[in-house]
Amino acid sequence: MPSRLARRAPRTADVPRTTRRTARPRTSAARAPRIRGWRGTLGTYVPGTTPLHRAPAGLKLLLLLAATVTLVAVRSLWVSGAAVLLAVSLAWWVGLSPVRLARMLRGALVALVPLAALGWWQHGPARGSEPALDLLATIVLATALTASTRADRLIAALVRATGWLRPLGFSPERFALAVQLMLRAVPALLETMGQVRDAAVARGLERRPRAYLVPFAVRAVGRAHATGDALAARGLGDA
Amino acid sequence: MIELDGASVVVAAGSGTRTILRPTTLRLAERRVALIGANGSGKSTLARLLNGLTLPSSGRVLVDGEDTRAHGARVRSRVGFVFSDADAQLVMPTPLEDVMLSLRRLRLSRGEREGRARRTLARFGLGDLADVPVQALSGGQKQLLALAGVLATEPEVLVCDEPTTRLDLRWRRAVDELLGSLPQQVVLVTHDLEAAARFPRVLVVDDGAVVADGDGASSVTAYRGLVMSSVPAPAVPDRDVTDAVAPGSTSPADG
Repeated sequence: MPSRLARRAPRTADVPRTTRRTARPRTSAARAPRIRGWRGTLGTYVPGTTPLHRAPAGLKLLLLLAATVTLVAVRSLWVSGAAVLLAVSLAWWVGLSPVRLARMLRGALVALVPLAALGWWQHGPARGSEPALDLLATIVLATALTASTRADRLIAALVRATGWLRPLGFSPERFALAVQLMLRAVPALLETMGQVRDAAVARGLERRPRAYLVPFAVRAVGRAHATGDALAARGLGDA
Repeated sequence: MIELDGASVVVAAGSGTRTILRPTTLRLAERRVALIGANGSGKSTLARLLNGLTLPSSGRVLVDGEDTRAHGARVRSRVGFVFSDADAQLVMPTPLEDVMLSLRRLRLSRGEREGRARRTLARFGLGDLADVPVQALSGGQKQLLALAGVLATEPEVLVCDEPTTRLDLRWRRAVDELLGSLPQQVVLVTHDLEAAARFPRVLVVDDGAVVADGDGASSVTAYRGLVMSSVPAPAVPDRDVTDAVAPGSTSPADG
């Protein structure tokens, strides 16, 4: 059967040119295809072979936790600054150049700059901007983690980490799947938001939030139903 | 072999009930079966009965003798289902992970799962896209990936609910050819009458009942006749009428 399929299945060469361009496989690990409207951190795995890629996901999660706790506990501007530099280097090492990293974290940066400014104004430069740097270092470290770890490995680590709850009736597999669904839903919902907004603007209703918030909610619920159906059809609720 | 034994679907609607599918008895043994009919005729519901996504309100549905109500999980592992909206079906961030998720049911080691997922993707011409974010794929590639995810576990039957509705001509042909080449039994819900006419058996669903059942050509003819005879043409503003309006008068829409 496989040989028969291999012969008949469309090759990538049959794929229309335009679609090929948007989804060309990465030749260098650093170049990801552009996604309209969303270049977020979630679901961005950068294939690679660095030791960080090969390290067990559980270990990486533990190290991230340890680094976060340390950063919060140690109140030194120097340590925080060094942590940011180290985090950015780590991200670069796994394939996220500082430019790409900055683009991905644009939203977080927009929130962090006023936070740092507020702290500076209230507590002076040393104590004031330290929490913002801590946050930035943690976010960059987490981004490096998701960039170097395939989602299914992260899931497996979560399953192992919560396995001891199994006797209490907790299903680690379902928990992990829920996390995964959430990660996938973020870009999908943003795309829906864009579509609904476009539809409202096309009808001249951009000033009326109800004209896009209501259809957005309806579509989000519809999507949830469709996803549930798809999971059931693939037997994922049965196990 | 799929059998419907007086299966009906009735849902609550407001204070009363609404019949979506009247009691239907069928045996689907052909390797290729198509379901055609108007929007809302009940053909999707009929398709969903086949793998227990929808359970019959009365009667029963048997797949190789197993009841979808009693053995839902076993039936679903035999009957794969592909939706028209591939986006909703793809759960994982990348194609490789999505196919690996399907394979989880087979309880293989991780290495085996990954190898098998990569081979499946290669078979569907998606080998190069294994690690690309799903959002970056084209509509056709997404539908192909959805098919790969379902076929990775090698079900015996594949039910497809309008898999080509959202695709352009080129991808529609690619998916149709792929479906045609499968060794599995395929039950296809479609609005593409050209594709349906090539099927050895086509069921026409109308108002919650199977009203014609025959080879492709005869069923498609029956469906066309049904549409011509029963449905009045949609009310579109008619040029002759607007022309007939006396000069100077304006229609309400202009005011």
